[in-house]
Amino acid sequence: MDAPATPARESLRDWLQAPTANSPRQARAQVVWRGWLRLISNRAALAGLVVLALLVALAAVGPWLTPYSALGQDLGTRLQPPSALHWLGTDDLGRDILTRILHGARITLMMALLVAAIAGPVGLAVGATAGYLGGWFDIVSMRLVDIFLSFPSLILALAFVAALGPGIENAVIAISLSAWPPIARLARAEALTVRKSDYIAAARLQGASSMRLILKHVMPICLPSVVVRVTLNMAGIILTAAGLGFLGLGAQPPSPEWGAMLASGRQFMLTSWWLAATPGAAIMLVSLSFNLLGDGLRDVLDPRND
Amino acid sequence: MSASDPAGLESSPHLVSSLRWGRIGGQFLRTVVSVSVTILGLLVLTFFIGRLLPLDPVLAILGDDASQEAYDRMVQKLGLEKPLWEQFLNYVWNSLQFDFGTSLTSGRPVIEDILRVFPATLELATLAMILGTGLGIPLGVLAAANRDTWVDQFVRVVSLIGYSAPIFWLGLLGLTVFYAGLGWVGAPGRIGIVYQYDLEVRTGLYLIDSAISGHWDIFADVFSRIVLPASILAYGAMAYISRMTRSFMLEQLSQEYIIAARAKGASRSSVIWWHAFPNIAVQLVTVVALSYAFLLEGAVLTETVFAWPGFGRYLTTALLRADMNAVLGCTMLVGLIFITLNLLSDVFYRMFDPRTR
Repeated sequence: MDAPATPARESLRDWLQAPTANSPRQARAQVVWRGWLRLISNRAALAGLVVLALLVALAAVGPWLTPYSALGQDLGTRLQPPSALHWLGTDDLGRDILTRILHGARITLMMALLVAAIAGPVGLAVGATAGYLGGWFDIVSMRLVDIFLSFPSLILALAFVAALGPGIENAVIAISLSAWPPIARLARAEALTVRKSDYIAAARLQGASSMRLILKHVMPICLPSVVVRVTLNMAGIILTAAGLGFLGLGAQPPSPEWGAMLASGRQFMLTSWWLAATPGAAIMLVSLSFNLLGDGLRDVLDPRND
Repeated sequence: MSASDPAGLESSPHLVSSLRWGRIGGQFLRTVVSVSVTILGLLVLTFFIGRLLPLDPVLAILGDDASQEAYDRMVQKLGLEKPLWEQFLNYVWNSLQFDFGTSLTSGRPVIEDILRVFPATLELATLAMILGTGLGIPLGVLAAANRDTWVDQFVRVVSLIGYSAPIFWLGLLGLTVFYAGLGWVGAPGRIGIVYQYDLEVRTGLYLIDSAISGHWDIFADVFSRIVLPASILAYGAMAYISRMTRSFMLEQLSQEYIIAARAKGASRSSVIWWHAFPNIAVQLVTVVALSYAFLLEGAVLTETVFAWPGFGRYLTTALLRADMNAVLGCTMLVGLIFITLNLLSDVFYRMFDPRTR
């Protein structure tokens, strides 16, 4: 973080908690700081945040944490129950399940981030533009949103994957295509509330173009609610990605993607439950963390909670 | 009508009702237009998805070593040599008659296939809906009435897990514990092989069919098989319904009329069920209709786990075999169901909620 704008003796904490802000930057930092305090005082949100942080850390260093390989087969140690050597047991090809889950965390997080990185900005841009401009662009884009929303997201993603072919990249595209419409609708609702405000009119009078107004003045207003929505949607995105993997339409074996692992462990469910139970538990843990964090973020950013 | 009534009073109810009918007529027209546009969009979308396919649809039907002559004939039969807009018009025309083409896998018209497998899903989803609504609404009301107590926390945790757990995983765990472990429920599949040919199928809903023909042994078998997949589907619906019920209810309970009712001495439970609940009932219909539609999504995954011969399994089988006609037919159908449920809940809302007038 930047050095505080006030004398260096003062600690960062004092700067953030000063009763009056001396600069716009300090005021903004204080708003973020207070939001952060509210977020971490929400125990559920904190738990979600901690688990997700841990998970990101594990996904980053995971491959060096266990002595096994995610893909290397060892038929001598197949279907072993959880033990000191293999904490979560081994699968039907003798691969260590914990190692595979750690590798799979990368795939799951990467897919979720990619979808968020595609659907978030697209939804924000379409929604903010539609809400600000109104007129035919609004009508056409919201009609499009309605059409996309007339399918449950998994069904739409399935249809796209069927057309594009199975695989992780196509799954990401398919899920993104089904994830942007609700975000666009939300951003539009936010944009509608500010399009008539005085500061927008003032900026327009100063000669700002529509493009500049949307980018600099409308989109930042829509951003907080979009961020919350994307966080809450992350859980659904992860479940959809896992569902595609489970149906054999997302990541393909031998990839340690959790849904695909669950599908291939399914036939051993009655004799070796850990094959399918553990990746499912991992999926649930991540999606639960995103739900908790999203709930917490919504409470923090909802002004009615003050 | 009495003659002594002033003319104004007599005619005014008619005037009011005709104005109201005029407005409802306008709304009706607007709804019709908006639904038609959405359906047209649905058709554009599925047509577009169908054209994305990297496979050659002709080779998919004829196989890779088809002769040039057979190939050309098939191109003509499918109308692929025509300009795109003409193909689209054909597609719209056929779809409006529910002609989604022939399934590559079964060789029958897609619509026949769908009609054959749909009752299985309908039965599963309806049972799940009854369970999910029956549990979800009371739980949501209970949580709102006991806000921030352990009851509220408990309902919150239960519904959070319902939101977060992958439904196919719950299905597998359920099968392992309740079928393989405890033996409380029947095997995967819809009906036992021994009963398969004894059941006289009338409605396609096996629980009803077996009950009306008096085959209670079949009923027991069918019930023992449907209860687990339906409960697992219901769990997801319950999570959603209880959460929405809680937040609707909290909004009502903070209103002044609730305080007034309490001040007049109405008991807590009477305030909750007789004053607050009727006000959220109409909103809940929308929620229930929406979650019914989302059950179709859950059914795709649940049916795969439970070897349930329904719509979801038909769709996934078609997907894995790149049977595009079947996939798009199913997608269209889900879209139509979704639109219909939305429309119905909208109409219901307008009819029963005076605040929308």
